[in-house]
Formats: sequence, C-alpha cells, structure tokens
Amino acid sequence: MTHIRLVLPILIPFATAAACLFAWRHGRLQRVLGVTGSFLLFGAAGSLLWKVRTEGIQVVQIAGWPAPFGISLVADLFSSMMIMVTGILGAAVAVYSAGSIDAGRESFGYYALYQVLLMGVCGAFLTGDIFNLYVWFEVMLMASFVLMALGGEQGQIEGALKYVTLNLMASAVFLAAVGLLYGVAGTLNMADLAAKLHRVAHPGLITVLSMLFLVAFGIKAAVFPLFFWLPASYHTPPVAVSAIFAGLLTKVGVYALIRVFTLIFVQNGGYTHTLILVISGLTMVTGVLGAIAQNEFRRILAFHSVSQIGYMILGLGLFTPLALAGSVFFVIHHSIVKSNLFLISGLANRFGGSFELKQLGGLYVTRPMLGVLFLVPALSLAGLPPLSGFFAKLLLARAGLDIGSYLIVGVLLAVSLLTLLSMTKIWAQAFWRPAPGAGSRTQARAGRAMWLPAVALAALSVAIGAAAGPVFELSRDAARQMIDPRIYIDAVLGARK
Amino acid sequence: MILLLAAAIGTLYAGGLYMMLQRSLVKLIIGLALLSHAANLLIFTASGQMGGRPPILPGNGAAPPAPVADPLPQALILTAIVIGFGVLAFAVVLLHRTYRITGTDDLDRLRSTE
Repeated sequence: MTHIRLVLPILIPFATAAACLFAWRHGRLQRVLGVTGSFLLFGAAGSLLWKVRTEGIQVVQIAGWPAPFGISLVADLFSSMMIMVTGILGAAVAVYSAGSIDAGRESFGYYALYQVLLMGVCGAFLTGDIFNLYVWFEVMLMASFVLMALGGEQGQIEGALKYVTLNLMASAVFLAAVGLLYGVAGTLNMADLAAKLHRVAHPGLITVLSMLFLVAFGIKAAVFPLFFWLPASYHTPPVAVSAIFAGLLTKVGVYALIRVFTLIFVQNGGYTHTLILVISGLTMVTGVLGAIAQNEFRRILAFHSVSQIGYMILGLGLFTPLALAGSVFFVIHHSIVKSNLFLISGLANRFGGSFELKQLGGLYVTRPMLGVLFLVPALSLAGLPPLSGFFAKLLLARAGLDIGSYLIVGVLLAVSLLTLLSMTKIWAQAFWRPAPGAGSRTQARAGRAMWLPAVALAALSVAIGAAAGPVFELSRDAARQMIDPRIYIDAVLGARK
Repeated sequence: MILLLAAAIGTLYAGGLYMMLQRSLVKLIIGLALLSHAANLLIFTASGQMGGRPPILPGNGAAPPAPVADPLPQALILTAIVIGFGVLAFAVVLLHRTYRITGTDDLDRLRSTE
C-alpha cells in the first residue's frame, strides 16, 4: 500500500485526462473533472510529502524488476516537494482556467492536455531512470506544445514554433547524451550510474557528457545563452497556460540539472560547478536587463523568469548544503510567486483591457484589491522581508558569503534591486498613474474562479514567509539528502532484496 | 563499420543543423528530423554492439554463447523513434497551421512575438 502513494501523482492526472477525453462533447463536465483531478493530485502530493518526510526516501521498482534492470520511481524530499508544488499550482491554475479559458479551447481538449502536462511533470520529478526521464520530458513537451498552440492566434503560433524548435533540439541533445552515457557506463538507472561512474576509465569523457546534459537541461530551464525561446513564447498563450508553464516547466529543467549535477556528475566539480556558477550569474543579469527593456506585463514577467532561473542554479554552482537548501527554497518560492504574477496579469488584462503598460493605468483607483494583490508577489519576487523571496535570497547570500564568493553575492543583490525596479515600473504604470484614456474603461468583471487562485497563492507566499522556519528545515533536509549521493544510491539499490 | 557509422552520424548532425539554420520553415522541420535520426544512430553506435548474436537463451539453462548483442539500446532506439515520429507529426501540422495563419514560411518574417 505504501507504493501506491508514489504512483498516484502519475496515475491521477492520467485517469483524469482519460475521463476528460471520454467527456469530449461536454465542456462543463470536462471542467469539473479537470478541477477535481487537480485537487486529487494536490491531496496525493500532500500525502506523499508527509510519507517521505516521516519515513525517508520512497522507492518503487516498476513491475517488480529489481534496480538497476527495471525502471525505479524514487521520491526523495526534493522530488516530493516539487510534486507538492505541482499539486498546488495544478489545483490553483485549474480553477483559474475554469474561470478564464474560452469555450473554443475547452472543446478542443484543454483540460485533457492540462492533465497530461501535469502527468509528465510529476513523472519527470519521480523517475529514477535517466531514459525514463527523457520519456517524461517528451510527454510533458508534447502536451505543452499543443497547449501553447491551441487557439491558433498568430502570436501563439509564432511563439509555439520557436518553443517547439528549441525544445526538440534540446531533446535531441539529451537523447544523444543518454545514448553516450549508456555506452560509457552500461546502465541507465540514476543511482546505479552514480555508483558506477567513479570507476569509468576515462573521467574526461564523463565531463564531456555532463556538458551535453548541461546544454540539454539548460535549454529547457532557459539559462543564459540558451534562453531565447522563453521570452519569445511565454507571453503568447492564454494567461492560465503561461502561469502553469512559468510555474512548472522551466522548474523541471532546473530539477533535472540539480538532480544530475548532485547525484551523477560530481566527479569534476571544480570545472562543472564553477561553470554553472558563472552561467547562473550571467543568467541573472541578462534576464533582469531584458525585463527592464520591456513594456508589456507578461513579457516583463517572462524575462524575470529567466533571471530567477539564475538564482535557482546559483545554489547548485556554490554546491554547499546551505546553498542547495537555498536553491530548493528558491524553486518552491518562485514557482508559486511567478504563477501568481501571471494570474494577476490576467486579472489586470480583464479590467484594463490590455497587457501593454502604456494602455493600462488607474487600476489602483478602480480595483484597489488587485493593487494589493499584485504587491504581495511582486515584492516577494524582489525579495522584500517578510515575504518568501526574502528568505530564499537570504539563504543563497549567506551560502555565498560562507565560502567567500563575494562577487556572486554582489550580483545577486544588484539583480534583486533591478527586479524591484521593474516591479515598481509595472506598479507605477498599470496601477498608480491615472488611466490614459478615460473613455476606454471596461466594465468587465472577473468571477471568483479567477480571484480565488490568485488570492490563495498570494496568501501562500505570505505564509511561506511567516513559516520560513519549517520550510527551511524541509529544504535543508532535502539538500542533505542530495549532497550525499550515498543516501539516494542505498535507497534505490538497497531495495533489491 | 564503426568509422562508417560515425561518419554517417556526423553527416546527419551537420546536415540537420545546416537545414535548421535556413530561413524556410520546411527545412527547419527536415533539420529536426535529421537530428533525431542522428541521435538514434548515435545510441546504436555508442553502445558498441556490433556483430553480436541474438540475446536468446538456448533453453538448456546455459547462457547464450558470446558475443551477445545488447537488446537495451535497441529498445531505447525503438522508443525514441516512436516519440520522434509523434513529435514530427505534430511539427508538420504546426508548420501547416503557421503557413495558413501567417501566409509565409520565411522564419525572418515571424518576428511579431519578439
């Protein structure tokens, strides 16, 4: 019975997607199914996290094939925290979708695709097999391709084209890297790889392979020289889709980076992890500078996603327990906050009639609640205490100072300031200044289904700030499991008996 | 044989990348297809199993006589081919939709989202 908890985060979205397909002609029923399934996933994620927290790493060998021959599903603390975030965002954005997705998209399988996406994300977080990780990536990508293009507006199609091309390119690199890795090590199980790669005859080859993985996951995570698809595509689909993409998809890339560079490729840390550190600094700076140059609500948010990815891999580059804990904390915080900001941009568009900052204005007068709601995640993103972003950045800064990497800490703080600047820009233009055209005011309304998820996520960001202690302890324990690969290896291969 | 395969893989990668760098959308898709074929061949070659016998137990409890071909890379390639097929089918549909909606297959003109 304990195993069922590990499989449920994959089974629930799968069953929901199938049910949605059976209800093809009934938009309303699909909506109910989609939202119900997402909440079930949320529950399953909670129970998995609890189980892993109390009893340690959980492992299932699929179909009873012992590791390393079969496929293992592994949930350590980091994976189960990511599954928890998937559950939270999945539920919040499903409710938001119910209030904002048009009937046309609904009738072409929006909810089924949404569930397949969640299934792919959960599978990628849970798998303990590197080729299986490729398969889950493809499941997730396929659903995301269709979600991105569904609706067929010109911007969407153009964005989707770039998104599809670069992600397929990354997949081809990933696949080649997996093939070469198998040629070198003769195994695909991640724990087994970690145990065997120390004994490979040519350590230089491993470093080359790790670079291939860095490129493949780097494209998916949108790190410095490889991020161009993200700002060209994330603002094109409906807001609900942008929100789930920004919250989850790049995080899967970051998760994969952290997983392989803490578990498998740790032989040549002086080279690989220093390179990651440099990339993280450049990612932070280019992302935030790109955001400052933008004048569209969602484009600013998309560029900020790039910048924040830099923070997430910064902890990986520093590679100390505290830094990794900071990375884990940051991933959790950022998923919630960035999704929330996208949801709020949708509300602002509903009331102001545009995403362009030039055409928005006066929202603080007409919708004071929305103004307050925007400020919470915006300030959290910039890292103001007592919100979640402050603690995430504090951890990373402390970790950097501890090992004397003053330059990167300086970059981190400067980028925070620039983040605040562009959040202030949105605030000043969309909310604070008077509306540009007095006659253009729309009397649009937004249902509770659009407000509730945004409010809930904002409350969560405040709650993580208020309960920073427990979340930090969780992140620290997750980092402890990752910094010592033996724990993971023993959990997977020890289950052989 | 290894050299021949290595040359073929290199050519496929080079051809794929060259096609992807063209302005035409159709060539972009062809380039993607070539890249995935190159990756499949690479797995086949890198696993270093050439000239092995089928990995089937003779039935008398003994191991099959060496050298035995490793079935796992073949399973990987099969999976990758199926995935590649699905993705390519989607890419072709997307290409068609792009042409219908934007009226062009020139990538330099698809800049409205940047």
